[in-house]
Amino acid sequence: MAVYKAPIKDIQFVLNEVIDVSKLAKLPGYEDATPDTIHAIVEEAAKLCENVLFPLNRTGDEEGCHYENGVVRTPKGFKEAYKQFAEGGWTGITCDPEYGGQGLPATVGFALQEMFTASNQAFAMYPGLSHGAYEALSRHGSDELKKRYLPKLADGTWSGTMCLTEPHCGTDLGMLRTKAEPQADGSYSLSGTKIFISAGEHDLTENIVHLVLARLPDAPGGTKGISLFIVPKFLPKADGSVGERNGIRCGAIEHKMGIKANATCVMNLDGATGWLVGEANKGMTAMFVMMNAARLGVGMQGLGIAETSYQSAVAYARDRLQGRSLTGPKNAGGPADPIIVHPDVRRMLMIQKSFTEGARALALWVGMLIDEAHSHPDAATREAADDLIQMLTPIIKAYFTDMGSECANLAVQTWGGHGFIRENGVEQFVRDARITQLYEGTNGIQALDLVGRKLPMKGGRAAQRLLGEISGFIAQHKGNEKMKEFVEPLEKAMGRVQDSALFLMQNAMKNPDEAGGAASDLLRLMALTAMAYMWNRIVVASHKGLEAANDNAFYEAKIATARFFMARVLPQTVSLNHQIKAGASTLMALPAEAF
Amino acid sequence: MKVLVAVKRVIDYNVKIRVKADNTGVETANVKMSMNPFDEIAVEEAIRMKEKGAATEVIAFSAGPAQCQETIRTALAMGADRGVLVQTDAELQPLAVAKLLKAVVDKEQPGLVIVGKQAIDDDSNQTGQMLAALLGWSVGTFANKLNVADGSVEVKREVDGGLENIKIKMPAVITTDLRLNEPRYASLPNIMKAKKKPIETLAPDALGVDVAPRLKTLKVEEPPKRKAGIKVKTVAELVEKLRNEAGVI
Ligand SMILES: Cc1cc2nc3c(=O)[nH]c(=O)nc-3n(C[C@H](O)[C@H](O)[C@H](O)COP(=O)(O)OP(=O)(O)OC[C@H]3O[C@@H](n4cnc5c(N)ncnc54)[C@H](O)[C@@H]3O)c2cc1C
Ligand SMILES: Cc1cc2nc3c(=O)[nH]c(=O)nc-3n(C[C@H](O)[C@H](O)[C@H](O)COP(=O)(O)OP(=O)(O)OC[C@H]3O[C@@H](n4cnc5c(N)ncnc54)[C@H](O)[C@@H]3O)c2cc1C
Repeated sequence: MAVYKAPIKDIQFVLNEVIDVSKLAKLPGYEDATPDTIHAIVEEAAKLCENVLFPLNRTGDEEGCHYENGVVRTPKGFKEAYKQFAEGGWTGITCDPEYGGQGLPATVGFALQEMFTASNQAFAMYPGLSHGAYEALSRHGSDELKKRYLPKLADGTWSGTMCLTEPHCGTDLGMLRTKAEPQADGSYSLSGTKIFISAGEHDLTENIVHLVLARLPDAPGGTKGISLFIVPKFLPKADGSVGERNGIRCGAIEHKMGIKANATCVMNLDGATGWLVGEANKGMTAMFVMMNAARLGVGMQGLGIAETSYQSAVAYARDRLQGRSLTGPKNAGGPADPIIVHPDVRRMLMIQKSFTEGARALALWVGMLIDEAHSHPDAATREAADDLIQMLTPIIKAYFTDMGSECANLAVQTWGGHGFIRENGVEQFVRDARITQLYEGTNGIQALDLVGRKLPMKGGRAAQRLLGEISGFIAQHKGNEKMKEFVEPLEKAMGRVQDSALFLMQNAMKNPDEAGGAASDLLRLMALTAMAYMWNRIVVASHKGLEAANDNAFYEAKIATARFFMARVLPQTVSLNHQIKAGASTLMALPAEAF
Repeated sequence: MKVLVAVKRVIDYNVKIRVKADNTGVETANVKMSMNPFDEIAVEEAIRMKEKGAATEVIAFSAGPAQCQETIRTALAMGADRGVLVQTDAELQPLAVAKLLKAVVDKEQPGLVIVGKQAIDDDSNQTGQMLAALLGWSVGTFANKLNVADGSVEVKREVDGGLENIKIKMPAVITTDLRLNEPRYASLPNIMKAKKKPIETLAPDALGVDVAPRLKTLKVEEPPKRKAGIKVKTVAELVEKLRNEAGVI
């Protein structure tokens, strides 16, 4: 059976030894987020994940959501689990204490998000979307809207959605048609059809708060004519209780490949009452602020799935007796050796291990940057942190989710034919992971965001910031003999990033297809380089750990995994560099009719 | 009425225990530690009493190294009001813990002391009973259900043959069994609040207790490995093996 135990020790290692989480409590507003409190929070969340959410993962997948006459029922046990989750305060982790949240830093939110998704992705999406709605409202909503909605979203009595997609437009939201007509009382009347709306309808909360993109009657065409509205399922009364049913209804739910316990809804708006959030025609900007946060959240889903997949693969590889080790029996008394002895099985496990551990460090570092960008007293530090976040967001979204899928597939492969069988719970990871590469902007779109928006941003400042961060590290550790085997490959990978970027600068102006054709490869190249950087930091922390001569096996395993990453994963940067420089001509050579 | 609960820091129940190479004990370095599960039940019961109005204050007690603070914090996050840590790096045997508890009981004057029936590390099942003897109080062991009323406690006890109902006078010591309740998970706001609740740290000397071990551990060994099973052909053969080979019937 699939297994999941929250990787508390590894999370603690990254927090305390790699990114030094004690810095958080020194930021204004986060005084309570001391390492011991964070530790207690992670441990308690782990209990909830392992004992409540994870057991519902497979049953939720097996049963799926039910639709009948506009009403959606979540699978058995979800309602109770959600109640426990909300009552435990886990819906308001990073929310503002003014609105009833716990006011914890993003770093803590990230650590927990990984665990929530790893134990039950379909479940974790319900509070996840509420949090997206919370963020959008808290940044762009009027004080009145905030007072009315934020406390309910923070304590989980109401949930939220993001309504962007329409049947004829997903990526290209400039084409969207949902209309909003101003009403005499200052509200708007919305009509149109949204599809693929996650958590659009369900039975977990007494109200659902939809954030809807729509067009005002006089709006210009394209993305510059889109506004953001809040459209609740039930219109709130003055005392905060729910009143009249609003004209936004679920017309159907999708039958889909994965995350079956999360309702994906067609939402029909039929003169539904809504209120403008932020400025008219500035809806895309407002949504983008929230989308960047949500993209990092989806990246964490990739990591979460990879972790469960990895744990399930390891457990099976230790147990399954098949074949003999090529170097002589390792389980002489038994009928065969456990498959963990085989180099090819090791290959699968090491790819997963080197991804999850490196990615966790990268993600929690970005969490820390978010907190610095938000609260650091020094403006230059805030700006630097924000540049790095901008740069790393599409990288984390696309690379983590591609790897989530790859790790899920490797787990199935490790399980052999038994991985293909539903009862064992491993094939579910492949199906669940698949959506993360698609929603919140497909991974192809992430790559375009990186190449088209983030690299040229502010005259290339954000890109320079990332390279500067890495070269600063290289300069600091280059002389250290013990670091040589890690710093050198990092330096070479960085050289390949620079070389590839130079090629694009020279060619993409003449032919924009060069940028489009290189985008996904460049994203992967930069992701692997960022991972190599984090593995270097992990090695530095591990050397410190070894000096303290405490828990040597743990640190030695880290260093060994870093070696694997440098030797057997990072060389992909060589071929990526070649691919990019081969240019887009071979991609575009065929006329469309030739396919 | 104050309720005092004892919480012990033990190796987490999920950890596979390993014996130290020199056979002096089990490996505790770099091993995940948690609150003894029976003590979680004790804390839960005390908090429920407070929620029902039967108790006014819940005090969590622990004895051991400084890290026992974490275990006390867990109890505070569940809902206990304050903590008392008797800090010592010495090996603590049940009698020493009972004496330390008695000293704290003398100070705090609780109406009830609730402890786990045993700790999952040494499985002694002695502290509660010894404490009751030292205090001269009534004791209700292996509690499956508690009801506090009019200066006495009705205790449903788990005994070999089933359940036994007794009524004992307060003040009293209770030891919890597994089915008394299902301990809650601490909520996030309560974890944050626990940080601000007070923990008093005392030394055994200051309480006038000599914690020196009275028992000596000679050697700790792994239990023998389970042998592979065999298939028997008939019931008669099974009975024969149970009687003559295993010697269990
Ligand atoms: C289970 C599920 C849940 C979802 N939840 C939500 C939700 O809660 N709210 C919401 O609003 N939406 C949601 N979506 C919609 C999701 O965000 C879209 O499916 C996604 O944005 C892609 O849009 P599309 O499906 O229309 O694909 P298309 O836009 O048609 O894209 C098809 C392919 O073309 C590529 N492509 C498109 N345009 C370009 C371009 N300019 N350059 C290069 N490549 C391009 C894409 O990368 C993709 O590979 C959900 C979808 C699913 C399946
Ligand atoms: C849907 C389905 C249909 C099937 N149909 C048939 C059928 O019609 N007839 C039939 O006879 N069988 C059938 N099978 C069985 C299928 O051929 C086996 O599942 C497959 O051979 C793998 O064996 P296994 O599942 O026992 O995996 P295992 O042998 O346990 O392998 C587990 C993992 O260990 C690796 N591994 C094992 N040994 C070694 C080694 N020595 N060196 C390196 N790596 C190793 C494997 O590559 C794999 O990754 C079917 C299976 C499924 C799921």
